[in-house]
Amino acid sequence: MDNLVLAGVELPSRLILGTGKYASGEQLKQAVAASGAAVVTMAIKRVDTEGHRDDIVGPLRELGVRLMPNTSGARDAREAVFAARLSREALGTDWIKVEVHPGQKYLLPDPIATYEASRELVRDGFKVFAYCGADPELCRALEEVGVAAVMPLGSPIGSARGLETRGMLSIIIEQSHVPVVVDAGIGAPSEAAAALEMGAAALMVNTAVAAAGDPVAMARAFCLAAEAGRTAYEAGLASRAATARATSPMERFLEEAMK
Amino acid sequence: MSFFDEISKVDVDSFRALVDSRTDRDVDRALARCGQRMELPDFAALISEPARVHYLKEMATLSMQLTRRRFGRAVNMYLPLYLSNLCTNRCAYCGFSSANKFRRTVLTLDEVRDECEAIKAMGYENILLVSGESERRAGMPYFREVMPLVKRYAAYLQVEVQPLSAEDYAELKGLGLDAVCVYQETYHPGCYRENHLSGRKADMRWRMETPDRAGQAGLDKVGLAALLGLYDPRVDLMALAAHVLYMRDHYPKVRLAISFPRLRPAAGAYEPRYPVGDAKLVQVITAWRIFDNELDLTISTREGAEFRDLIIPLGVTGVSAGSSTEPGGYAHHGENLEQWAVNDSRGVDEVCAALRLNGLDPVFHDASTTYFRAV
Repeated sequence: MDNLVLAGVELPSRLILGTGKYASGEQLKQAVAASGAAVVTMAIKRVDTEGHRDDIVGPLRELGVRLMPNTSGARDAREAVFAARLSREALGTDWIKVEVHPGQKYLLPDPIATYEASRELVRDGFKVFAYCGADPELCRALEEVGVAAVMPLGSPIGSARGLETRGMLSIIIEQSHVPVVVDAGIGAPSEAAAALEMGAAALMVNTAVAAAGDPVAMARAFCLAAEAGRTAYEAGLASRAATARATSPMERFLEEAMK
Repeated sequence: MSFFDEISKVDVDSFRALVDSRTDRDVDRALARCGQRMELPDFAALISEPARVHYLKEMATLSMQLTRRRFGRAVNMYLPLYLSNLCTNRCAYCGFSSANKFRRTVLTLDEVRDECEAIKAMGYENILLVSGESERRAGMPYFREVMPLVKRYAAYLQVEVQPLSAEDYAELKGLGLDAVCVYQETYHPGCYRENHLSGRKADMRWRMETPDRAGQAGLDKVGLAALLGLYDPRVDLMALAAHVLYMRDHYPKVRLAISFPRLRPAAGAYEPRYPVGDAKLVQVITAWRIFDNELDLTISTREGAEFRDLIIPLGVTGVSAGSSTEPGGYAHHGENLEQWAVNDSRGVDEVCAALRLNGLDPVFHDASTTYFRAV
């Protein structure tokens, strides 16, 4: 299997893992290790620059993975640029995932703000990874301003609806000269494998692992799926689903409440 | 047109019949629409009796799944800081009512700093400033002094004080304010009049348009609620759902939080005319989550420990613990009157341990707006 190259850095895994939504820092650490991911992304707003009680950066640094901070929470280009500069200072990396979603219901990326922020940050010397809609022309425009990779979404973030944008993704992959990282919406390892079979360079997963019944085991499953999908792509194809269950006291309460 | 103008066009009592006419088929249809935009008849189905009797387990499972998918296992920890129990309003149900005779106080800046230090020692960075309504002694001049001081301790700063103008909210935003909680108490004009006897709160329009003004000021989040027990919950919950839809349509960038404070029958206290039982409250929490997957659902220490541990995993995303509802209560406990009795008196560490036992992650640090403020 070929290695992935992002912003000139050779990486042994094609899986990028998000760090939100875990039960604890320890569980996150175990999941990252099980996933084999060499890059993890985290919201700069969750990074405690003063090292108080929710520090997630420390455990990640211990694992030796590369950090890709993101600007999640920014609602316009200015806020994203500000968060990026702050993260460069706080974390000492010029990698930044630009993420701007003003609407709070579906958290879809704003194409104009994403484009503007990406352009400014590239000028400022950042290695920009642009989270965006699966719009082939937008991805082309982002490539032209010099982003390190485009990260089009498979479906709305956290929705676990899989590769709803499959048709557009295949056009993006066909046209792109920078790595295409499929981001957001992947709910199952089979979908991760499918994205890599199509020729995506990498994929980014968070909720599907963090909200799984056993996040660490699911991280391992995604690791295997990524390997299977990429190997299948390189071999050349012959042709052309989170759980939560009520605990037993809750169960009893509900039975009582339904009387 | 404000939400007050919109809701004034309907007789809110008619919501009762809408809820009562819902059948199993309506509940089925509402559940099938989950994830899409839901409308008022869907919410009516989710809070209906057929939903409780035949679908509560399914709703609970769905609510948990939706919450884990959207918010993961994170539960945001916040703490109220009572600034003042001075109040010019006379509200039939409230401990701070101007009709009650007790020693009134407004914390001085030194006292506020003591409270902040005590709160910091508890580990909190998400602070909710609370006060009674007193323009004269706890109005904008006071907030202008208090807000920058508290912001030094608060990564996320919320207020639950008297409704302010959009200009005032915008000014406070500049001083670090992130969110406003303003509970309508009841959306029924007659019941509102009966319970809010005098003071500025008696102006129902001024209060109900507060979320509009907070939205116009560009605040990050607005917290809404009806005080359960005051009026028929079918009516108030439906009106609140209409308010949520209105806010989503008019202020799409504003995050929304819903709380479910309820008046409990208690000796010598205000007797709620429409008490809401535990089973109903569980149904209501799951209904909110299914109705709008993005809502922040917060629960205070008004509810008891056992019940809180039961309901938090269902869909709650914001929790307070170790709270005092008395001005100065963290640094100098027992000197002033509290607004209402805390029913979960466990310390913050104990509550966090209970959350972790449920597989949840108490989060104290969320500087989501602070980082961007300097732009």
